[in-house]
Parts: sequence; structure tokens; C-alpha cells
Amino acid sequence: MTSRSSKTRLQLVAVGAVLTLGAAACGGSSGGGGSGSKASAPGVTATTVTIGSHQPLTGPAAPGYSEIAPAAEAMFKYINDGGGIHGRTIQYKYKDDGYNPANTVDVVKQLVLQDKVFAIFNGLGTPTHSKVTDYLNQSRVPDLFVASGARLWDDPKKHPYTFGWQPDYLIEGKILGKYIKENFAGKKVGYLYQNDDFGKDGVAGLDSQLDASTVVDKQPYETSQLAQPTGIAAQLSTLKAKGAEIVVSFSIPAATAVALLTNLKIGFKPQMVVSNVGSDSTTLTGLLGKFSKGAVGAQLLNGLVSDSYLPLTSDTADPWITLFKKIHDKYIPSLPFDGNVEYGMSAAYTFAQALDAAGDNPTRQSLIDAVEKGGFKGPGVVPFRFSKDSHAGYTGVRIVQLDGKGVATFKSDASVTTDETSGSIDPAPGGAQGKPGDDAFLKP
Amino acid sequence: MSVLTLTRRGPLANTLVRHLAFAVLGGVVLFFLTSTVSAYRDFQIANVGYYVVAVAGLTVLTGLNGQISLGHGALMMVGAYTAALLLERDNPLPLVVVLLLSVAVTAAVGALVGAAAARLRGPYLAGATLAFAVGLPGLTSHYADTFGGDNGLNVLTGPPPERLGLDFPPERWQAWITLTAALITLVLLANLASSRVGRSFRAVRDDEVSAELAGIHVARTQVLAFIISAACAGLAGGLTAVVSGQVSPGAFSVALSLSILAGAVLGGLGSLTGAVYGAIALVLMPSISSSASDRFTLSTDVQHNLPLLVYGALLIVVMLAAPQGLQGGVRRLFGLLRGRAPVTSVRNESVTEVSVTDPER
Amino acid sequence: MARFLSVTLGGLSGGFVYAAVALSLVLIWRATRVLNFAQGAMAMFTAYLAYRVIEHGASYWVALVVALVAGLVMGAVVERVLVRPVENGPPLNAVVVTLGVFIIVEGLAGMFFGGTPHRYPTHFSNVNYTFGDVSALAPFDIWVIVAVAVVAVLLGALFRYTDVGLRMRAAAFEGEVARMLGVRVGRMLTLGWALAAVIGALAAVLVSPNVPLSPTSMDAVFVFGFTGAVIGGLDSPVGALIGGVGIGLLLNYVAAYAGGDLQTLAALAVLVLVLMVKPNGLFSTTVSRRV
Repeated sequence: MTSRSSKTRLQLVAVGAVLTLGAAACGGSSGGGGSGSKASAPGVTATTVTIGSHQPLTGPAAPGYSEIAPAAEAMFKYINDGGGIHGRTIQYKYKDDGYNPANTVDVVKQLVLQDKVFAIFNGLGTPTHSKVTDYLNQSRVPDLFVASGARLWDDPKKHPYTFGWQPDYLIEGKILGKYIKENFAGKKVGYLYQNDDFGKDGVAGLDSQLDASTVVDKQPYETSQLAQPTGIAAQLSTLKAKGAEIVVSFSIPAATAVALLTNLKIGFKPQMVVSNVGSDSTTLTGLLGKFSKGAVGAQLLNGLVSDSYLPLTSDTADPWITLFKKIHDKYIPSLPFDGNVEYGMSAAYTFAQALDAAGDNPTRQSLIDAVEKGGFKGPGVVPFRFSKDSHAGYTGVRIVQLDGKGVATFKSDASVTTDETSGSIDPAPGGAQGKPGDDAFLKP
Repeated sequence: MSVLTLTRRGPLANTLVRHLAFAVLGGVVLFFLTSTVSAYRDFQIANVGYYVVAVAGLTVLTGLNGQISLGHGALMMVGAYTAALLLERDNPLPLVVVLLLSVAVTAAVGALVGAAAARLRGPYLAGATLAFAVGLPGLTSHYADTFGGDNGLNVLTGPPPERLGLDFPPERWQAWITLTAALITLVLLANLASSRVGRSFRAVRDDEVSAELAGIHVARTQVLAFIISAACAGLAGGLTAVVSGQVSPGAFSVALSLSILAGAVLGGLGSLTGAVYGAIALVLMPSISSSASDRFTLSTDVQHNLPLLVYGALLIVVMLAAPQGLQGGVRRLFGLLRGRAPVTSVRNESVTEVSVTDPER
Repeated sequence: MARFLSVTLGGLSGGFVYAAVALSLVLIWRATRVLNFAQGAMAMFTAYLAYRVIEHGASYWVALVVALVAGLVMGAVVERVLVRPVENGPPLNAVVVTLGVFIIVEGLAGMFFGGTPHRYPTHFSNVNYTFGDVSALAPFDIWVIVAVAVVAVLLGALFRYTDVGLRMRAAAFEGEVARMLGVRVGRMLTLGWALAAVIGALAAVLVSPNVPLSPTSMDAVFVFGFTGAVIGGLDSPVGALIGGVGIGLLLNYVAAYAGGDLQTLAALAVLVLVLMVKPNGLFSTTVSRRV
């Protein structure tokens, strides 16, 4: 090293940093919303409302879930083509985070700081979204209808801008647990669950209903294990060795599929009970068929018990399903028409209702107020819980069972649960479901 | 150019004073820069700050000492998790202390890795550090109760100090934190490079046998270089935890390790100035890729992977065509402006020289 | 005991895959003294191509041929175009170039095939046989073992009994002498890389039903193969096979008795241990040499 080069080193550090960052700065800060009379908030112009989301378009959670955002966008397009909400169209910017929390942070900061979105809508995933709720609330950005049933989103004091949407996993765990207790009395139960708030909330719900003596083992899995040579074979071998006759699985679809195939490989034939988010039969059949080149498919799903709070996609008589199918065929015909599409459209519809209720010139606060006021009715067969004190969404589910072709049928009436702990599980009140066309902006 | 000549006189002739003076100058400029740009640019600048620390650390190891590491992403992970676990407590220690502990813990891990590394050469060292990078994230799943598995940990960092005002953008505050760390790191490393220790690093890099004959303890020197480099990675990791507000294994993939290496190679191995360019490139690439794909409506798959292609191409092109990297090019330009042939001064820092650690020799 | 037996047999098919990767690394190392860090990524890419072919309705066997041919071409092109210029240079330059190829190939796979993992079909049943309490070795696992074994035997025959094999060995070990005797050394080295990439492609096709195909899916497999190769000694094809199978068994014990998440760290521990104690590997034939 010559002395000359070491002398100039730091000078160049300073000069270089300044030049390059300066250049970066000059290219930066394209302004926020325009200054039209109706630009009432960031992301709102006279003719548009821009909202954003982080979604697993790639990665372990992509099978199935990657359809949700396009489906929501299709619903928004349908509403936009019908005149929008208060004359504004909804522009939906969703970005891929690969179900990787580190990416979620980057993507959400980009949406909030650079794209200046009005709100974050339907950000998907427990491990992912939990890393941005603090940030969004500090920045006072509405964080509506998180696509996850963890209980984290229902904390109005700490996170006044965050709202859940689907029934939380505790509710689901409770109702599934009660169903197991009543319908598979005396059988040994084993749990398989994703090792985060998604799985743990589900386990808490199950534990509140099942006798501890019937639960033989609880096995957590990590999504990264799905990509390892040994997969989750160790967990299922243990459940098999412990003599589990029922396996309750709080898992994403890819993990459910791997569990089913592993069971096949090791000769383990328990009754499967799978949480709503991991049991979409179209997604699972696709995964199983792909994994085994058609050697196995829907027949592995035969008898699988799960639950739903939306109409069954196979129920073509339901006006919502008719409408969703119409929107699907028009805007996203290349995607399968399955539970994920239904989910995306339903959540988008609730968002449109909230935006509609937020008034002619919506602000971030008026949007929050509108959701807290609640009273939304849509495709869901159970009521929402939204209020000033609760930011939780749907309050219950209905048990379903799949047959050997993967077709679901309802096994029970809808149940709702009264509270988050050991509170009772009651039949859902009637009239929770709305009709397409109740809201002027959505023409069936 | 006047800046460059000014430094040769007066108190600035002292290396430490000169480095400090430029750090202060850089700090002042960055203060004004961060205060004028948008919050999103501040966020990017905060990212540049920790990448500078990481890339500079690897530059010392590979450029000055001739050891390669594909495991620096994993070392950053050690620092990040240390910070996250310390900040998780009810009464967290001051941030400075937390970051120093991140440095200390990672340096300790670096000492372990370095002790093994000192006995390995070239491809073997690369392979072993790659195994480290691939394997370490598995620990978070195995000890999920402590490390939170794939879910990771939330990192609680308080808002900016109140005396900056309630509406002070948190991104700017974070940029200040990482830039301060980066400037301090650069001053320390620049002094190290021009010190006796730095000379022994280079001596070992250039020829181990001669270095040994000259009374340098080769293995000890290599371990020391690894520790210093790991300490930088640990600091960078602690800073990522603060900027990102979370730690999770997905953030510390093999791709991170390789992009840090790409940043160091791009900047020209052995040059701290180059480390700054490398770090800036690492932050700008994804956002350039993002705006390019917006403009040309490329799919997200293309958008996500474009930076990888560029890093890979850079590694190959730099090795095949311009082993001095970007900084070599800049120096050559300065050299030309001064009417000197710069080639001799650049040669020492080229990878061609680094590679004298051929195991077969 | 039944469990131990199940675990041991269960480690075999993984072991043979790692043996194939190890073998391919050894071939390249012997030919050009380069450790190809892109070997796993290149193999992953060929398996992706095969997966695409299957998706378009082709049979498992057609897809396999596609993967092998793609490997052949890719190996040859990478050696000829990118590695040749740094082959005789400092080893670190070659390492960095192969790392560059590694990132580019992973990036290209992400671009063309997306980041969502795909499970490659098995063709044969993947349901374990059971003997009493022992449950292991599905027909698919047996196919994996047979396929790798056959390739290893063919390769051995190639080097031992054919003219081309002899030339390749000569080019690798005594390049100058071979050149004087009229061997086209460059062409032989390219052939070595191409053959290695073919074996890598086979390994990727065989492992991808269990390690779902994604741009990074071969990273860990590469590490395991590399570890196997180092155990056997980077110069020894037989050592690579034994080392690969050995690491496969060991990793399955680790997964069964300690946790699957620790596999890669266990491989690292073995790697470092072997390099410390017996740097030339357990089966290397060449003279002692510092690593």
C-alpha cells in the first residue's frame, strides 16, 4: 500500500458518498397526491384512492395465497367499472414479500413512504404482518383487514389503526376443538402447528376445549423446514409413534400438503382436521397432484375436516358465489375459482364498504371511524365484531368436511364464540349475511 | 482537487487527525443531505449506512488479509439477533451499549470461525464459510423458543429523542444512527489499514512464508483479521435489526452473504472508499430494478432477481476484466487528471495480489 | 433398534444423491483444480427445465434426458466461456467467478420459474416398504440408489477402459505432457465439466421430490455434497462416493435424533473436523498438501 492511496482514502469516502447520495436525492421525492379539492388524505385524489398491500406472490406460502390479491383487485376493478366509490376508483398496489418478514418491512415502507398509499389493505401473513403493525400505527396509516387470523390485530389501544378480518385462530381452534370432542369422543389427538402466533393461537383454542388427557402430543413446524430434505417427517413420525388418531393441523396449504404426503409415505392414517387457511381443496389438490404427478390427489383429502365462514364455492345457488364467479370470469379467468379467490373478493368488498362509509372526502381517521362503527354485512355467514373496543373481524365459523373428490359440505350450522377464552360457543345469529346489491356501488 | 492537496499540510499530516477531519466533514455533509431528502430516501440512506459497515468489514478481511468469507451474512445475523434479544427486555440498555454488545458477541463468534478459517485456504475456506451461511439460520428453528423460528423477533426501538421534535421522521433518525456507525467504522478501519497491524495483514496476504520470516505470526494475524471483520458484520447486523424493526432468518440468506461479497468486489477489494460505493450499489440496485420493472412492466419475478443477475455479472466481469473494481477505475481517473500513471498504486489492491494465498504454493 | 434401522436405511437415498454431487465436484476439481460453487445452482436449473417439460406433458424419462442434456451443455459452456480465463490464475479468482455463475443461475431460475417451491414428481411410488417395525426405502429411494450407482460404475468404466477417459485423466494430471502427446487438453477439460454437470443434473432430478425445487433449493445439497467430497478427498472419486453416502447417513441421524434444522451445521462441523485432522480427505491418493 503506498502512502498516497491511504491518504486519499477517507477523502474519497466523503466525496464519493456526497456525490452519489446527492445524485440519489435529486432523483427522489416525487410528490404525493395532487392538490385537487377532493385530495383529502395521502393517496387520495379527486378521482382515485391508492391502497397497498404485501402479499406472498412467491415463496412457501404462495401456493393458493398468491391468488388472493389478484382476486381482491378484480373486485376493485369491478367496482371501479361500475363508477367506483364516491366517484373515485380504487387503485390496488400489492407487492411481493415472499412470506419473508424482512421483505415485508421493505415493501411496506416503500408503499407508505414512496408510493404514499392511503391505507394498507389485507397484508398477508402472521410472521410477516406482525413486523409492520408497530410501524404502520406509528405512522398513522390505516392497516385494514389483515389477512391472518392471529389475535395480534385486535388491540385497539396499542394498535388503533390495525383491524383483523377473518375469524381469529383462537375462535377457530375453539370451534374445531368442540367439534372433535363431540364427534370423535375418546380418540387420541395430536397437533401439528406453525410455530408462530398463527399456530399458537389455534393451539390455545383447541386446548380450551379438549381434555388434556386426550391430547398426546403437540408438534410445531417451521415453514423453512418444508424446503429441507427431511421436511416435517420427524413431527409426523412422532405423532404416529404417540398413537395419535386425529391430527389437527394449523398450517399453510403447502405444509398441509407435505403433511398428507408424509403420512402416505410413512403409513400414517389419522383423521385430519385442518384450519381454514390450510385446507382449500383446490389448492391442496393442485399441490398433491403436482407433487406426485397425479399419482395422488383429492382422494388424500377424503374425510378431512375443516371450517369456513364464507359460502362454499361449490354452492352455485348462493348469490355471492354467482357474483364472484362472474367477476372471476371477467377479470381473472386464468386463476382457479377457489376459496382463495372468494377470500380476496370478500375482503375487498368489506374494504369498499368501509371506504364508502368513510364519506365523500375520506381521511385516514374517517376510514378508521367507519370500520369502528361497523355494521357491514356481506358474504360472511357470521357477523363481524368491529367496534370501538374490538378490532376483530368475523366471530365464528362453520364446520365443513371434504369428500374424496375434494368437494366440501357443511357438517354443522355456523357457530360463533362469545369471547377469547373459555367463553361459550353458540349458534350464529341469523341474518348475518348480506346480499349483493345492498350497497349501491356493487351492482350484482 | 484542492481538497486533495490541502490535506498534505499542517496538522492534517497526522493520519488519525486527517481521517477524523474527513469523517467530520462527511458527517456535516450527510447531516444536510439527510435533512433535505424524503423519508424514503432517508430509509435508503439508513440501509446504505449498515451496508457500508458490513462491506468495509469484508474488505478488510478479503482485500487486506486475503481470506475469503461467504459467511458474513450469517455473522450479521449473530449481531442482529444479539441486538434483538437485548432490546426485547423490559428495560432495554441504551442503544449504544446494545450495539457494542452485538459487536462483542459477533467478534467472539468470529474468533471461533476465524480459528478454523486460519487453517483453511481458498476454495476450502469459501466452502466452509458457505456451509456456515447456509447452516446458521437453522439454529433459529432449532431453538425457536429463544429465536422465534422463521417468525423471528420484533425489535423495539424507541422513537427519535423528544428534543428533536415530535414530528421528527424516524427514518432520518435511523439514518443518523447507521451513518454515525459507518463513519466511526471507516475511521477506525482506515487507521487500522495504515497501522502496523494493517501492514502485517497485507504481508500475510502477499506471502505467508515471507511474513513468517519477518516475524509475523501468520495464524494469529489471520484470526485477528477475522475478528475485526466479524465485529463489523456484527455492528452491521445490530443496525439492520434497528432499521428493520425485526430480525428473522429469511433476512440473512446466502444471497445476503454473496451480495456483501459482490459489494466488496465491486468497490475494489482492499479499498474502503470502494466499500462505500459497493454499499450504495447494494441499496440502489433493488430500487433501480423496481423502477425499471415498473417502467417496462416486468413481472415481480424479474424484478426480484434482476439485482442478483447484476451482482453475479459484476463478480464475473470484475474478475475477468477489471480486478480493481469500481474504485480502481475512479483512482485511475484521478490519476489521469493528475497526470500520473496510477497503475502501480492500484496493483496492490487488486484481487490478483490477494490471491497469492494459493494453497499449492 | 427398529427406529435406528429405519433411520439408517432412510439416510441412504439422500446419501447417494450427495455422493453424486460430491462425484461431480471431484470430476471438476481433478480436471481444472477449480471448486465449482455453481454446481448446485446449475443442477437446480436443469431440474427446473425438466420440471417444465413434465408440466407440458412429457414423461419422467424424457424430462430426465432433457435435464442431463441441459447439464451437458451448461457445464461445457460455463467452463469454456467463463472459467477457462481464470483456470490457471489464482484460485480465489476462480472461486469468485463460480460464485458469480452461482448467483446468476439462481437469479435466472427465479426470473423464469418464480420463487415458489415445486416438488418434482417421483415417478416411482414414494411409499415406504415396511418390514415389521422398520419402515423405510420407498421404491423411489431404490431408484435413486440404483441410478447413482449405475452412473458411478459407468464413469469408472469410462476412465478405466476408454480412450477418451484416458485422455481426460492425462489432461487433468499432466496437462503439458498430454499436450505434447497430442491430447487436446482444453477439449478434455471442457468434457470433464460437462460430464460433471450431467451428474449434477441427475442429482437435482433425484433430490427435488424431497427438497422442493426453488432457486435456492440446491444450496444445502451442494454443501452436503461438498462435505462428502472433502471427507473423501477432492481428488478421489471413490472417496467422494463413500463420503457422500457417509454424510447422508450422518445427516439422517442428526435429523432423527437432534433435529433437521441442525443438518447443515452438522455438515459444517464434519467439514471443519476433517479438514483439521486429515486435510486430504480419508481416501485421497495424492501427496500431502496444505489446504
